Amino acid sequence: MSDLLKRLTEARGVSGNEDEVRQLIIEEVTPLADEVHVDRMGSVIAYKKGTRSNKKVMLCAHMDEVGFIITRIDDNGMLKFATVGSIDPRILPSKRVRIGEKAIPGVLGIKAIHLQEPAERERAVKVDQMYIDIGAKNKEEAKKLVKLGDYAVFDSECLYFGDNKVKSKALDDRVGCLTLIEALKDRYPFDLYACFTVQEEVGLRGAKVAGYSIQPDMALVVEGTTCSDVPGVEPHKYSTRMGEGPAISIADLASYSNKKMVSLLIECAKNANIPYQIKESISGGNDAGEIQRAGEGAMTAVVSVPCRYIHSPSSVADLKDINNTIKLVQEFLKGCEAL
Amino acid sequence: MDAKQFLGQLIDVPGVSGYEDKVSKLIMDAFEPYCDEVYRDTFYNVYGKKLGNKSGHGPKVMLAAHLDEIGLMVKDIDDKGFISFTNIGGVDQRILLSQEVYVHGKEKLFGVIGAKPPHLQERKEAQKAVPMKELAIDVGLPAAKVKELVSIGDLITFKSPLVELEGTNVCGKSIDDRAGVVVMYETMKELEKLVFSGEVYFVATAQEEVGTRGAIISTYKINPDIGIAIDVTHGDTPDAPKSDTHAMDKGPAIGVGPNMHPKLTKKLMDVAKENRIDYQVEVAPGLTGTDARSMQVSREGVPTVLIELPLRYMHTTVETLNMENVKKAAKLIALFIASMEEGWEECLTY
Repeated sequence: MSDLLKRLTEARGVSGNEDEVRQLIIEEVTPLADEVHVDRMGSVIAYKKGTRSNKKVMLCAHMDEVGFIITRIDDNGMLKFATVGSIDPRILPSKRVRIGEKAIPGVLGIKAIHLQEPAERERAVKVDQMYIDIGAKNKEEAKKLVKLGDYAVFDSECLYFGDNKVKSKALDDRVGCLTLIEALKDRYPFDLYACFTVQEEVGLRGAKVAGYSIQPDMALVVEGTTCSDVPGVEPHKYSTRMGEGPAISIADLASYSNKKMVSLLIECAKNANIPYQIKESISGGNDAGEIQRAGEGAMTAVVSVPCRYIHSPSSVADLKDINNTIKLVQEFLKGCEAL
Repeated sequence: MDAKQFLGQLIDVPGVSGYEDKVSKLIMDAFEPYCDEVYRDTFYNVYGKKLGNKSGHGPKVMLAAHLDEIGLMVKDIDDKGFISFTNIGGVDQRILLSQEVYVHGKEKLFGVIGAKPPHLQERKEAQKAVPMKELAIDVGLPAAKVKELVSIGDLITFKSPLVELEGTNVCGKSIDDRAGVVVMYETMKELEKLVFSGEVYFVATAQEEVGTRGAIISTYKINPDIGIAIDVTHGDTPDAPKSDTHAMDKGPAIGVGPNMHPKLTKKLMDVAKENRIDYQVEVAPGLTGTDARSMQVSREGVPTVLIELPLRYMHTTVETLNMENVKKAAKLIALFIASMEEGWEECLTY
């Protein structure tokens, strides 16, 4: 599992430019599914026929990640950029990125502390003040390597550390992609549609289309979600806690989870001795919001792996939480036909 | 080993000011093949002595480039195992969020610097840099384990390997001033091709970032006729004033001002011109922030020159250097040393 997680998180796939991660997912799911197809938005849908019923169950995880797009190449060879998806600009100074198809290395620099006024050090740097340096001498040299509209990702190696922890970019939501790939290893009574969606980070756009075309009876979304059990946050504001198992959502800003599905998730966790937690905040939203309202609507629920420092080059998750999420989804699939 | 390989090795080894044991050992090993004698002192200053290959009364020249780096230090460990920290040397708190680090406790622990998620912050907070005191390192271990392995006062270094950028540019951490150490290493190689008399001391100095302390004692110890400090200066970037920076592709900068000996500096520039090595001029109106400030006033005084490599984003994890400038600086220094022929004392006068 850890090798596949590494390959999944290190693959590049900024919203709108998911080619590399899509290719990897296609390779992984092709031997497991009866049919694999890429829809008009670029989402991968892996279909596995059921053994007896015609019920349609959709599993959904988004393959895209937050990143950058190059908006201008300056005369001095520096690249201006915009963020794709929500990134706190304060994490950007002094980070490395890879740009375009050839993964050209670049850095997000900031002028030296020696050249700053004391007051500057207290102010957050804004995106429009920043630029990417690829070491090009001038515009002409830069243009040989990068073009407008090229996407860039955080340059971050996936590595395992501490007590069963993983650090990587894009844990949100490659942990979900991993869970879906694992689920595809079994066959179920119902038809399974494992959906690896695009463009979640820019407004749940891949899921809107995939939800409509599949028209599932129910959908379970598997996410990487924010984990705020860190210094400076009062415990009552923790959304999830690392190491305490998959987080089950009751509601967030995009959808309300179906009560029967939530009850079944809890029951499955209890019966199989899988630790779980209820996500304690309602901020944010995910693909469930669009799938729930696609076509004539579908029952949805969300299970998430808690990820600290989400949307950064160094997000952190607990491998136990990832494993338990995989298990919980498998248990859920065994029992969900009855709903 | 070529210059880039050596730099890559150097920046991977911890050596925060005052704790330079490991990096000084690496430097000793690298200097060994090119020097007549290599040793270090209790400060972890490394000395490589190279004797001239020609008889005569050449000068005793001391080169200095500092081997220490900026870093962080453990201040406290909370009940959940999160580590708070302070800085050693000048660290911009704005680069810290989401940075990867090593905590050098009883074991070397990987960690990331985190803070509370943006959605839990007040709107006004987003306009402000997250203060260092609100940041914490997450090493992914239970509190009891962290407290067993990590103590208050343990060192923390950044994790940021050398990456090649376009052209001859490279980026990474602590290139300030490990690149200067590489210049010394390349100078040794250049000197093997030249004829010179006297003796040259290559000193990788400790504790520069906290007050050029290694240079103070090493210069005293060597008591050289001529001092050559090698450090970094600011490379040009769009967000920095042009007057404070240097081009990345126009050669090393030679320091000018009261900290540098005028006649010796002129000779250095003459050698550059004669050999068509391009250089820029760094004007320093007072003391420079380099080892030169201490070398110049050691004992009865040491005529000192300063050579600097333009470096972008100094004191960050993405310091960016043009390797061409390392080569040019080394060539210039070697030719400068070899140019000290009979009567060299003349250029130390006023």
